[in-house]
Amino acid sequence: METETAVRVRGLVKRYPDKVAVAGVDLDIYRGEVFALLGPNGAGKTTTTEILEGYRRADEGEIDVLGSDPGRAGREWRARIGIVAQTTRDEPELTVAELVRHFAGYYPSPRDPDEVIAAVGLEEKRKTRSRKLSGGQRRRLDVALGVIGNPELLFLDEPTTGFDPEARRQFWTLIENLRTAGTTILLTTHYLDEAEQLADRVGVIADGRMIEVATPETLGGRGARTARVSWLAADGMREVRTDTPTAEVSRLLAEYGGEVPELQVRRPSLEDIYLELIGSTPKELEGALR
Amino acid sequence: MTALPSTAKVSLARTQLEVKEFFREREQLIFTFFFPIIFLGIFAAVFSSTDFGGGVTAATYFTPGMIASGIFLTSFQSLAVTIAIERDQDVLKRLRGTPMSAQAYFAGKIGLVLTTSIMQFTLLLLIAGLLLDVDLPTSPAKWLNFLWIFVLGTASGSVLGIAFSVVPRSGKAASAVVTPIVLLLQFISGVYFVYSSLPGWMRTVSEIFPLKWLAQGMRSVFLPDGFEAVEPGGSWQLGTGAIVLSVWLVVGLVIAQRVFRWTRRDAG
Repeated sequence: METETAVRVRGLVKRYPDKVAVAGVDLDIYRGEVFALLGPNGAGKTTTTEILEGYRRADEGEIDVLGSDPGRAGREWRARIGIVAQTTRDEPELTVAELVRHFAGYYPSPRDPDEVIAAVGLEEKRKTRSRKLSGGQRRRLDVALGVIGNPELLFLDEPTTGFDPEARRQFWTLIENLRTAGTTILLTTHYLDEAEQLADRVGVIADGRMIEVATPETLGGRGARTARVSWLAADGMREVRTDTPTAEVSRLLAEYGGEVPELQVRRPSLEDIYLELIGSTPKELEGALR
Repeated sequence: MTALPSTAKVSLARTQLEVKEFFREREQLIFTFFFPIIFLGIFAAVFSSTDFGGGVTAATYFTPGMIASGIFLTSFQSLAVTIAIERDQDVLKRLRGTPMSAQAYFAGKIGLVLTTSIMQFTLLLLIAGLLLDVDLPTSPAKWLNFLWIFVLGTASGSVLGIAFSVVPRSGKAASAVVTPIVLLLQFISGVYFVYSSLPGWMRTVSEIFPLKWLAQGMRSVFLPDGFEAVEPGGSWQLGTGAIVLSVWLVVGLVIAQRVFRWTRRDAG
Protein backbone atom coordinates (compact mmCIF):
# COMPACT_ATOMS: atom_id res chain seq x y z
CA MET A 1 0.00 0.00 0.00
CA GLU A 2 1.47 3.36 -1.01
CA THR A 3 1.31 6.04 1.61
CA GLU A 4 2.68 9.53 1.73
CA THR A 5 4.81 8.71 4.72
CA ALA A 6 7.76 6.38 4.38
CA VAL A 7 8.07 6.23 8.16
CA ARG A 8 5.31 6.70 10.72
CA VAL A 9 6.05 6.27 14.41
CA ARG A 10 3.71 6.88 17.35
CA GLY A 11 4.65 6.57 21.01
CA LEU A 12 7.88 4.62 20.52
CA VAL A 13 9.35 3.40 23.82
CA LYS A 14 12.49 1.34 24.31
CA ARG A 15 13.78 0.40 27.75
CA TYR A 16 17.13 -1.11 28.65
CA PRO A 17 17.82 -2.69 32.02
CA ASP A 18 19.60 0.45 33.23
CA LYS A 19 17.67 3.22 31.48
CA VAL A 20 14.87 4.30 29.20
CA ALA A 21 16.57 4.91 25.84
CA VAL A 22 13.50 6.14 23.96
CA ALA A 23 10.63 7.63 25.94
CA GLY A 24 7.69 8.08 23.60
CA VAL A 25 8.89 9.36 20.23
CA ASP A 26 6.53 10.36 17.39
CA LEU A 27 8.00 10.69 13.92
CA ASP A 28 6.79 11.13 10.35
CA ILE A 29 9.13 11.01 7.39
CA TYR A 30 7.56 11.84 4.06
CA ARG A 31 8.45 10.08 0.85
CA GLY A 32 11.26 11.75 -1.02
CA GLU A 33 12.50 13.94 1.81
CA VAL A 34 15.79 14.00 3.65
CA PHE A 35 15.10 13.95 7.37
CA ALA A 36 17.95 14.64 9.79
CA LEU A 37 17.82 13.31 13.32
CA LEU A 38 19.98 15.45 15.61
CA GLY A 39 20.90 14.93 19.21
CA PRO A 40 23.76 14.41 21.62
CA ASN A 41 25.25 10.98 22.25
CA GLY A 42 22.96 8.76 24.27
CA ALA A 43 19.89 10.78 23.25
CA GLY A 44 18.27 7.77 21.60
CA LYS A 45 19.14 8.43 17.95
CA THR A 46 20.80 5.13 17.24
CA THR A 47 18.25 3.11 19.21
CA THR A 48 15.40 4.78 17.30
CA THR A 49 17.15 4.21 13.97
CA GLU A 50 17.92 0.58 14.74
CA ILE A 51 14.29 -0.07 15.64
CA LEU A 52 13.22 1.42 12.30
CA GLU A 53 15.82 -0.76 10.55
CA GLY A 54 14.43 -3.90 12.20
CA TYR A 55 17.51 -4.68 14.32
CA ARG A 56 15.84 -4.00 17.65
CA ARG A 57 12.34 -4.46 18.94
CA ALA A 58 10.40 -1.60 20.46
CA ASP A 59 8.81 -2.12 23.87
CA GLU A 60 5.83 0.08 23.03
CA GLY A 61 4.49 2.10 20.14
CA GLU A 62 3.21 1.87 16.59
CA ILE A 63 5.91 1.66 13.95
CA ASP A 64 5.30 1.65 10.23
CA VAL A 65 8.20 1.69 7.80
CA LEU A 66 7.28 1.39 4.11
CA GLY A 67 3.96 -0.16 5.11
CA SER A 68 5.38 -2.82 7.45
CA ASP A 69 6.38 -3.31 11.07
CA PRO A 70 10.19 -3.58 10.82
CA GLY A 71 10.30 -6.12 13.65
CA ARG A 72 8.18 -8.54 11.62
CA ALA A 73 9.08 -7.55 8.08
CA GLY A 74 10.70 -10.09 5.80
CA ARG A 75 13.20 -10.18 2.98
CA GLU A 76 10.96 -8.38 0.46
CA TRP A 77 10.86 -5.45 2.86
CA ARG A 78 14.62 -5.50 3.40
CA ALA A 79 15.08 -5.35 -0.37
CA ARG A 80 13.43 -1.90 -0.28
CA ILE A 81 15.63 -0.32 2.38
CA GLY A 82 19.33 0.49 2.50
CA ILE A 83 21.41 0.77 5.65
CA VAL A 84 24.70 2.56 6.21
CA ALA A 85 25.60 1.78 9.81
CA GLN A 86 27.84 3.81 12.05
CA THR A 87 31.19 2.07 12.04
CA THR A 88 32.37 -0.65 9.77
CA ARG A 89 35.66 -2.42 9.27
CA ASP A 90 34.42 -5.70 7.87
CA GLU A 91 35.46 -7.89 4.96
CA PRO A 92 39.07 -6.65 4.86
CA GLU A 93 40.28 -9.05 2.18
CA LEU A 94 37.68 -8.33 -0.49
CA THR A 95 38.02 -5.60 -3.08
CA VAL A 96 35.64 -2.71 -3.67
CA ALA A 97 34.36 -4.19 -6.94
CA GLU A 98 33.95 -7.68 -5.47
CA LEU A 99 31.91 -6.43 -2.54
CA VAL A 100 29.66 -4.11 -4.52
CA ARG A 101 28.99 -6.76 -7.18
CA HIS A 102 28.34 -9.42 -4.55
CA PHE A 103 25.85 -7.27 -2.64
CA ALA A 104 24.08 -6.39 -5.90
CA GLY A 105 23.31 -10.12 -6.16
CA TYR A 106 21.10 -9.97 -3.04
CA TYR A 107 18.56 -7.57 -4.57
CA PRO A 108 15.74 -7.99 -7.08
CA SER A 109 16.50 -4.82 -9.05
CA PRO A 110 19.91 -3.49 -8.07
CA ARG A 111 21.69 -0.48 -9.50
CA ASP A 112 24.58 -1.07 -11.86
CA PRO A 113 27.64 -1.85 -9.67
CA ASP A 114 30.03 0.11 -11.88
CA GLU A 115 27.77 3.16 -11.84
CA VAL A 116 27.48 2.99 -8.05
CA ILE A 117 31.25 2.70 -7.64
CA ALA A 118 31.66 5.72 -9.88
CA ALA A 119 28.96 7.66 -8.02
CA VAL A 120 30.77 7.27 -4.70
CA GLY A 121 34.08 8.20 -6.33
CA LEU A 122 35.88 4.89 -5.87
CA GLU A 123 36.62 4.10 -9.52
CA GLU A 124 40.35 4.20 -8.94
CA LYS A 125 40.00 1.91 -5.94
CA ARG A 126 37.93 -0.80 -7.66
CA LYS A 127 40.59 -3.45 -7.23
CA THR A 128 41.77 -2.32 -3.81
CA ARG A 129 41.04 -4.57 -0.84
CA SER A 130 38.83 -2.81 1.66
CA ARG A 131 41.41 -2.93 4.48
CA LYS A 132 43.66 -0.69 2.39
CA LEU A 133 41.05 2.05 2.00
CA SER A 134 41.27 5.29 3.99
CA GLY A 135 38.52 6.09 6.48
CA GLY A 136 36.68 8.30 4.02
CA GLN A 137 37.01 5.82 1.19
CA ARG A 138 35.78 3.04 3.47
CA ARG A 139 32.74 5.13 4.35
CA ARG A 140 31.99 5.70 0.68
CA LEU A 141 32.19 1.94 0.13
CA ASP A 142 29.61 1.58 2.93
CA VAL A 143 27.35 4.02 1.12
CA ALA A 144 27.84 2.10 -2.13
CA LEU A 145 26.74 -1.11 -0.36
CA GLY A 146 23.81 0.76 1.20
CA VAL A 147 22.45 2.08 -2.11
CA ILE A 148 23.33 -0.82 -4.44
CA GLY A 149 19.87 -2.36 -3.94
CA ASN A 150 18.21 0.83 -5.23
CA PRO A 151 16.41 1.44 -1.91
CA GLU A 152 13.25 3.50 -1.47
CA LEU A 153 14.42 4.42 2.02
CA LEU A 154 18.04 4.89 3.03
CA PHE A 155 19.32 5.02 6.60
CA LEU A 156 22.55 6.96 7.07
CA ASP A 157 23.97 6.80 10.58
CA GLU A 158 26.57 9.55 11.09
CA PRO A 159 27.92 9.06 7.59
CA THR A 160 30.66 11.70 7.56
CA THR A 161 32.25 11.23 10.98
CA GLY A 162 36.00 11.41 10.49
CA PHE A 163 35.84 13.00 7.03
CA ASP A 164 38.05 15.89 5.99
CA PRO A 165 36.15 18.94 4.71
CA GLU A 166 36.63 18.12 1.05
CA ALA A 167 35.46 14.53 1.48
CA ARG A 168 32.37 15.83 3.30
CA ARG A 169 31.47 18.17 0.44
CA GLN A 170 31.86 15.33 -2.06
CA PHE A 171 29.71 13.18 0.17
CA TRP A 172 27.02 15.83 0.38
CA THR A 173 26.85 15.99 -3.41
CA LEU A 174 26.36 12.23 -3.45
CA ILE A 175 23.46 12.48 -1.00
CA GLU A 176 21.89 15.36 -2.95
CA ASN A 177 22.01 13.21 -6.08
CA LEU A 178 20.25 10.40 -4.26
CA ARG A 179 17.55 12.78 -3.10
CA THR A 180 17.10 14.06 -6.63
CA ALA A 181 16.64 10.44 -7.71
CA GLY A 182 13.72 10.22 -5.25
CA THR A 183 15.29 8.27 -2.38
CA THR A 184 13.87 8.99 1.06
CA ILE A 185 16.72 9.43 3.52
CA LEU A 186 16.90 9.30 7.30
CA LEU A 187 20.19 10.86 8.34
CA THR A 188 21.56 10.98 11.86
CA THR A 189 24.39 13.37 12.40
CA HIS A 190 26.37 15.37 14.94
CA TYR A 191 27.15 18.06 12.40
CA LEU A 192 24.71 20.93 12.28
CA ASP A 193 26.05 22.27 9.02
CA GLU A 194 25.47 18.87 7.50
CA ALA A 195 21.83 18.89 8.57
CA GLU A 196 21.46 22.46 7.33
CA GLN A 197 22.96 21.55 3.97
CA LEU A 198 21.14 18.29 3.33
CA ALA A 199 17.94 18.07 5.30
CA ASP A 200 14.45 19.14 4.31
CA ARG A 201 13.43 18.73 7.93
CA VAL A 202 15.27 18.30 11.17
CA GLY A 203 14.18 16.46 14.32
CA VAL A 204 15.98 17.18 17.57
CA ILE A 205 16.04 14.32 20.04
CA ALA A 206 17.31 14.51 23.62
CA ASP A 207 16.85 12.21 26.60
CA GLY A 208 14.78 9.86 24.48
CA ARG A 209 12.22 12.50 23.49
CA MET A 210 11.64 14.39 20.25
CA ILE A 211 11.97 18.01 21.31
CA GLU A 212 11.18 19.63 18.01
CA VAL A 213 10.66 18.86 14.34
CA ALA A 214 11.06 21.72 11.86
CA THR A 215 12.83 22.83 8.72
CA PRO A 216 16.40 23.97 9.34
CA GLU A 217 15.22 27.56 8.74
CA THR A 218 12.43 27.50 11.32
CA LEU A 219 13.98 25.35 14.03
CA GLY A 220 13.57 26.83 17.49
CA GLY A 221 10.59 28.99 16.50
CA ARG A 222 10.46 32.67 15.47
CA GLY A 223 12.13 34.05 18.57
CA ALA A 224 15.13 31.80 18.16
CA ARG A 225 16.47 33.86 15.28
CA THR A 226 16.36 37.17 17.10
CA ALA A 227 19.56 39.12 16.59
CA ARG A 228 22.03 39.43 19.46
CA VAL A 229 23.95 42.62 20.07
CA SER A 230 26.87 42.32 22.46
CA TRP A 231 29.52 44.74 23.67
CA LEU A 232 31.97 45.28 26.50
CA ALA A 233 30.39 47.48 29.15
CA ALA A 234 32.16 48.80 32.22
CA ASP A 235 30.91 45.80 34.27
CA GLY A 236 31.76 43.18 31.65
CA MET A 237 30.24 41.70 28.49
CA ARG A 238 26.61 42.57 27.89
CA GLU A 239 24.21 41.00 25.41
CA VAL A 240 20.83 42.22 24.24
CA ARG A 241 18.37 40.21 22.11
CA THR A 242 16.40 42.42 19.77
CA ASP A 243 14.35 42.46 16.59
CA THR A 244 15.77 45.90 15.80
CA PRO A 245 19.54 45.56 16.06
CA THR A 246 20.18 48.73 14.05
CA ALA A 247 18.24 50.81 16.56
CA GLU A 248 20.15 49.14 19.40
CA VAL A 249 23.48 49.90 17.76
CA SER A 250 22.58 53.56 17.19
CA ARG A 251 21.46 53.83 20.82
CA LEU A 252 24.89 52.45 21.85
CA LEU A 253 26.61 54.86 19.50
CA ALA A 254 24.85 57.74 21.19
CA GLU A 255 25.68 56.34 24.62
CA TYR A 256 29.40 55.84 23.94
CA GLY A 257 29.72 58.80 21.57
CA GLY A 258 32.07 56.85 19.29
CA GLU A 259 33.55 53.33 19.13
CA VAL A 260 31.57 50.76 21.13
CA PRO A 261 34.08 48.33 22.71
CA GLU A 262 33.90 44.74 21.37
CA LEU A 263 30.69 45.48 19.47
CA GLN A 264 29.15 42.47 17.78
CA VAL A 265 25.84 41.91 16.02
CA ARG A 266 24.98 38.37 15.08
CA ARG A 267 22.14 36.04 14.17
CA PRO A 268 22.20 32.73 16.02
CA SER A 269 23.42 29.84 13.88
CA LEU A 270 21.55 26.58 13.67
CA GLU A 271 24.11 25.32 16.14
CA ASP A 272 23.23 28.03 18.70
CA ILE A 273 19.54 27.21 18.33
CA TYR A 274 20.19 23.52 18.62
CA LEU A 275 22.26 24.00 21.76
CA GLU A 276 19.51 26.04 23.32
CA LEU A 277 16.98 23.35 22.42
CA ILE A 278 18.86 20.52 24.02
CA GLY A 279 19.64 22.81 26.95
CA SER A 280 23.33 22.27 27.07
CA THR A 281 26.25 24.65 26.95
CA PRO A 282 28.77 24.49 24.14
CA LYS A 283 31.32 23.15 26.58
CA GLU A 284 29.15 20.19 27.53
CA LEU A 285 28.44 19.54 23.90
CA GLU A 286 32.11 19.44 23.00
CA GLY A 287 32.40 16.38 25.17
CA ALA A 288 29.48 14.79 23.40
CA LEU A 289 30.88 15.59 19.99
CA ARG A 290 34.21 13.91 20.38
CA MET B 1 8.01 -5.87 -8.16
CA THR B 2 10.72 -8.19 -9.43
CA ALA B 3 11.24 -11.37 -7.44
CA LEU B 4 14.15 -11.75 -5.07
CA PRO B 5 17.15 -13.68 -6.39
CA SER B 6 16.81 -17.41 -5.66
CA THR B 7 18.38 -18.79 -2.50
CA ALA B 8 20.33 -21.28 -4.64
CA LYS B 9 21.93 -18.50 -6.66
CA VAL B 10 22.80 -16.43 -3.58
CA SER B 11 24.13 -19.56 -1.82
CA LEU B 12 26.51 -20.17 -4.70
CA ALA B 13 27.65 -16.54 -4.65
CA ARG B 14 28.17 -16.74 -0.87
CA THR B 15 30.26 -19.91 -1.26
CA GLN B 16 32.47 -18.29 -3.88
CA LEU B 17 32.95 -15.23 -1.67
CA GLU B 18 33.71 -17.33 1.43
CA VAL B 19 36.31 -19.44 -0.39
CA LYS B 20 37.93 -16.34 -1.88
CA GLU B 21 38.21 -14.76 1.57
CA PHE B 22 39.51 -17.96 3.16
CA PHE B 23 42.43 -18.23 0.79
CA ARG B 24 43.29 -14.55 1.22
CA GLU B 25 43.46 -14.78 5.03
CA ARG B 26 47.01 -15.80 5.83
CA GLU B 27 46.23 -16.89 9.40
CA GLN B 28 43.35 -19.13 8.33
CA LEU B 29 45.37 -20.60 5.53
CA ILE B 30 48.26 -21.60 7.79
CA PHE B 31 46.48 -22.67 10.99
CA THR B 32 43.47 -24.31 9.42
CA PHE B 33 44.49 -25.47 5.98
CA PHE B 34 48.21 -26.26 6.02
CA PHE B 35 48.62 -27.27 9.69
CA PRO B 36 47.85 -31.00 9.29
CA ILE B 37 49.96 -31.14 6.14
CA ILE B 38 52.92 -29.51 7.90
CA PHE B 39 52.54 -31.84 10.88
CA LEU B 40 52.40 -34.94 8.71
CA GLY B 41 55.67 -33.84 7.12
CA ILE B 42 57.29 -33.20 10.52
CA PHE B 43 56.17 -36.53 11.98
CA ALA B 44 57.28 -38.44 8.92
CA ALA B 45 60.74 -36.82 9.23
CA VAL B 46 61.12 -37.13 13.03
CA PHE B 47 60.01 -40.79 13.24
CA SER B 48 61.46 -41.81 9.89
CA SER B 49 63.19 -44.88 11.33
CA THR B 50 60.40 -45.97 13.68
CA ASP B 51 58.38 -49.07 12.81
CA PHE B 52 54.81 -48.72 14.06
CA GLY B 53 54.23 -52.44 13.58
CA GLY B 54 54.01 -54.65 10.50
CA GLY B 55 56.29 -52.30 8.54
CA VAL B 56 53.94 -49.33 8.94
CA THR B 57 55.86 -46.06 8.76
CA ALA B 58 55.20 -42.87 10.73
CA ALA B 59 53.75 -41.26 7.61
CA THR B 60 51.27 -44.09 7.20
CA TYR B 61 50.41 -44.16 10.88
CA PHE B 62 49.75 -40.43 11.18
CA THR B 63 47.95 -39.89 7.85
CA PRO B 64 44.49 -40.86 9.22
CA GLY B 65 44.96 -38.65 12.31
CA MET B 66 45.95 -35.68 10.18
CA ILE B 67 42.99 -36.18 7.86
CA ALA B 68 40.66 -36.36 10.87
CA SER B 69 42.18 -33.30 12.48
CA GLY B 70 42.07 -31.46 9.15
CA ILE B 71 38.34 -32.13 8.90
CA PHE B 72 37.88 -30.82 12.42
CA LEU B 73 39.97 -27.71 11.71
CA THR B 74 38.28 -26.78 8.43
CA SER B 75 34.84 -27.26 9.97
CA PHE B 76 34.85 -26.51 13.71
CA GLN B 77 37.84 -24.20 14.10
CA SER B 78 37.33 -22.36 10.82
CA LEU B 79 33.65 -21.58 11.46
CA ALA B 80 33.96 -20.88 15.20
CA VAL B 81 36.71 -18.31 14.56
CA THR B 82 35.41 -16.65 11.41
CA ILE B 83 31.80 -16.34 12.54
CA ALA B 84 32.94 -14.84 15.86
CA ILE B 85 34.97 -12.28 13.91
CA GLU B 86 32.11 -11.62 11.48
CA ARG B 87 29.75 -11.00 14.37
CA ASP B 88 32.19 -8.72 16.17
CA GLN B 89 32.91 -6.68 13.04
CA ASP B 90 29.22 -6.31 12.22
CA VAL B 91 29.48 -8.33 9.00
CA LEU B 92 26.51 -10.37 10.20
CA LYS B 93 24.59 -7.25 11.13
CA ARG B 94 25.17 -5.77 7.69
CA LEU B 95 24.02 -8.99 6.03
CA ARG B 96 20.93 -9.04 8.25
CA GLY B 97 20.03 -5.62 6.83
CA THR B 98 19.93 -6.99 3.28
CA PRO B 99 17.42 -9.37 1.69
CA MET B 100 19.99 -12.20 1.79
CA SER B 101 18.35 -15.24 3.40
CA ALA B 102 19.78 -16.96 6.46
CA GLN B 103 19.75 -20.23 4.50
CA ALA B 104 22.04 -18.70 1.87
CA TYR B 105 24.46 -17.56 4.58
CA PHE B 106 24.72 -21.03 6.14
CA ALA B 107 24.81 -22.69 2.72
CA GLY B 108 27.83 -20.50 1.97
CA LYS B 109 29.51 -21.68 5.17
CA ILE B 110 28.81 -25.34 4.31
CA GLY B 111 30.14 -24.69 0.82
CA LEU B 112 33.29 -23.21 2.35
CA VAL B 113 33.83 -26.17 4.70
CA LEU B 114 33.29 -28.73 1.93
CA THR B 115 35.55 -26.92 -0.54
CA THR B 116 38.41 -26.40 1.90
CA SER B 117 38.24 -29.83 3.51
CA ILE B 118 38.05 -31.67 0.16
CA MET B 119 41.02 -29.65 -1.11
CA GLN B 120 42.86 -30.32 2.14
CA PHE B 121 42.49 -34.11 2.24
CA THR B 122 43.19 -34.35 -1.48
CA LEU B 123 46.45 -32.49 -0.91
CA LEU B 124 47.22 -34.62 2.16
CA LEU B 125 46.63 -37.84 0.25
CA LEU B 126 48.69 -36.66 -2.71
CA ILE B 127 51.62 -35.76 -0.46
CA ALA B 128 51.26 -38.95 1.59
CA GLY B 129 50.94 -41.18 -1.46
CA LEU B 130 53.47 -39.56 -3.78
CA LEU B 131 56.11 -38.10 -1.47
CA LEU B 132 55.89 -40.17 1.71
CA ASP B 133 55.24 -43.58 0.16
CA VAL B 134 52.03 -44.20 2.10
CA ASP B 135 50.00 -47.11 0.73
CA LEU B 136 46.48 -45.78 0.21
CA PRO B 137 43.52 -48.16 0.47
CA THR B 138 42.17 -49.64 -2.75
CA SER B 139 39.02 -51.42 -1.61
CA PRO B 140 35.76 -49.58 -2.41
CA ALA B 141 34.37 -50.62 0.99
CA LYS B 142 37.06 -48.60 2.76
CA TRP B 143 36.44 -45.51 0.60
CA LEU B 144 32.74 -45.85 1.29
CA ASN B 145 33.54 -45.75 5.01
CA PHE B 146 35.77 -42.74 4.36
CA LEU B 147 32.87 -40.99 2.67
CA TRP B 148 30.35 -41.34 5.48
CA ILE B 149 32.91 -40.58 8.19
CA PHE B 150 33.94 -37.46 6.24
CA VAL B 151 30.33 -36.31 5.81
CA LEU B 152 29.40 -36.92 9.46
CA GLY B 153 32.65 -35.32 10.62
CA THR B 154 32.33 -32.13 8.59
CA ALA B 155 28.62 -31.82 9.38
CA SER B 156 28.99 -32.20 13.15
CA GLY B 157 32.15 -30.04 13.20
CA SER B 158 30.33 -27.30 11.27
CA VAL B 159 27.23 -27.07 13.46
CA LEU B 160 29.40 -27.18 16.59
CA GLY B 161 31.60 -24.42 15.13
CA ILE B 162 28.55 -22.26 14.41
CA ALA B 163 27.31 -22.83 17.97
CA PHE B 164 30.72 -22.21 19.54
CA SER B 165 31.16 -18.91 17.67
CA VAL B 166 29.09 -17.16 20.34
CA VAL B 167 31.63 -18.05 23.08
CA PRO B 168 34.54 -15.68 22.26
CA ARG B 169 33.73 -12.23 23.60
CA SER B 170 35.38 -10.42 20.72
CA GLY B 171 36.71 -11.11 17.27
CA LYS B 172 40.27 -10.61 18.48
CA ALA B 173 39.82 -13.24 21.19
CA ALA B 174 38.32 -15.77 18.80
CA SER B 175 41.55 -17.50 17.76
CA ALA B 176 42.89 -17.44 21.31
CA VAL B 177 39.73 -19.09 22.66
CA VAL B 178 39.12 -21.67 19.94
CA THR B 179 42.64 -22.83 19.00
CA PRO B 180 43.74 -24.20 22.41
CA ILE B 181 40.54 -26.23 22.72
CA VAL B 182 41.10 -27.78 19.33
CA LEU B 183 44.75 -28.42 20.19
CA LEU B 184 43.81 -30.13 23.44
CA LEU B 185 41.26 -32.32 21.67
CA GLN B 186 43.88 -33.28 19.10
CA PHE B 187 46.29 -34.40 21.84
CA ILE B 188 43.78 -36.50 23.78
CA SER B 189 42.11 -37.94 20.68
CA GLY B 190 45.19 -39.67 19.32
CA VAL B 191 45.99 -37.32 16.47
CA TYR B 192 49.59 -36.72 17.53
CA PHE B 193 50.19 -39.92 19.54
CA VAL B 194 49.43 -43.60 19.20
CA TYR B 195 45.92 -43.60 20.68
CA SER B 196 46.28 -46.95 22.50
CA SER B 197 49.38 -45.61 24.29
CA LEU B 198 47.41 -42.80 25.98
CA PRO B 199 46.44 -43.23 29.67
CA GLY B 200 43.04 -44.82 30.20
CA TRP B 201 41.46 -41.76 31.86
CA MET B 202 42.53 -39.55 28.95
CA ARG B 203 40.96 -41.95 26.49
CA THR B 204 37.76 -41.94 28.55
CA VAL B 205 37.61 -38.14 28.38
CA SER B 206 38.28 -38.14 24.63
CA GLU B 207 35.44 -40.59 24.05
CA ILE B 208 32.96 -37.84 24.87
CA PHE B 209 34.16 -35.68 21.98
CA PRO B 210 33.76 -36.17 18.24
CA LEU B 211 37.42 -35.93 17.18
CA LYS B 212 38.38 -39.24 18.80
CA TRP B 213 35.74 -41.07 16.77
CA LEU B 214 36.66 -39.22 13.62
CA ALA B 215 40.33 -40.20 14.06
CA GLN B 216 39.48 -43.80 14.87
CA GLY B 217 37.22 -44.03 11.84
CA MET B 218 39.99 -42.68 9.62
CA ARG B 219 42.44 -45.21 11.09
CA SER B 220 40.02 -47.97 10.05
CA VAL B 221 40.26 -46.65 6.49
CA PHE B 222 43.99 -45.99 6.18
CA LEU B 223 45.72 -48.54 8.48
CA PRO B 224 46.16 -52.22 7.63
CA ASP B 225 43.44 -54.51 9.03
CA GLY B 226 45.90 -55.99 11.49
CA PHE B 227 45.88 -52.71 13.45
CA GLU B 228 42.28 -53.26 14.54
CA ALA B 229 43.54 -55.55 17.30
CA VAL B 230 45.68 -52.71 18.74
CA GLU B 231 42.66 -50.41 19.21
CA PRO B 232 41.25 -50.28 22.74
CA GLY B 233 38.58 -53.00 22.81
CA GLY B 234 40.16 -54.60 19.76
CA SER B 235 37.71 -52.99 17.33
CA TRP B 236 37.40 -49.93 15.06
CA GLN B 237 34.05 -49.27 16.77
CA LEU B 238 32.58 -47.77 13.60
CA GLY B 239 29.01 -48.26 14.82
CA THR B 240 29.63 -46.43 18.08
CA GLY B 241 31.55 -43.75 16.20
CA ALA B 242 28.62 -43.19 13.85
CA ILE B 243 26.24 -42.86 16.81
CA VAL B 244 28.47 -40.42 18.75
CA LEU B 245 29.07 -38.22 15.70
CA SER B 246 25.34 -38.23 14.88
CA VAL B 247 24.44 -37.26 18.44
CA TRP B 248 26.93 -34.36 18.27
CA LEU B 249 25.43 -33.37 14.93
CA VAL B 250 21.90 -33.22 16.35
CA VAL B 251 22.97 -31.57 19.62
CA GLY B 252 25.09 -29.05 17.71
CA LEU B 253 22.24 -28.26 15.34
CA VAL B 254 19.82 -27.62 18.20
CA ILE B 255 22.30 -25.46 20.14
CA ALA B 256 23.39 -23.56 17.02
CA GLN B 257 19.78 -22.68 16.21
CA ARG B 258 19.18 -21.46 19.74
CA VAL B 259 22.34 -19.42 20.31
CA PHE B 260 23.16 -18.05 16.85
CA ARG B 261 22.74 -14.27 16.66
CA TRP B 262 23.33 -11.69 13.98
CA THR B 263 24.47 -8.94 16.32
CA ARG B 264 26.99 -8.62 19.11
CA ARG B 265 26.01 -9.53 22.63
CA ASP B 266 26.26 -5.89 23.74
CA ALA B 267 23.95 -4.74 20.94
CA GLY B 268 20.79 -5.14 23.03
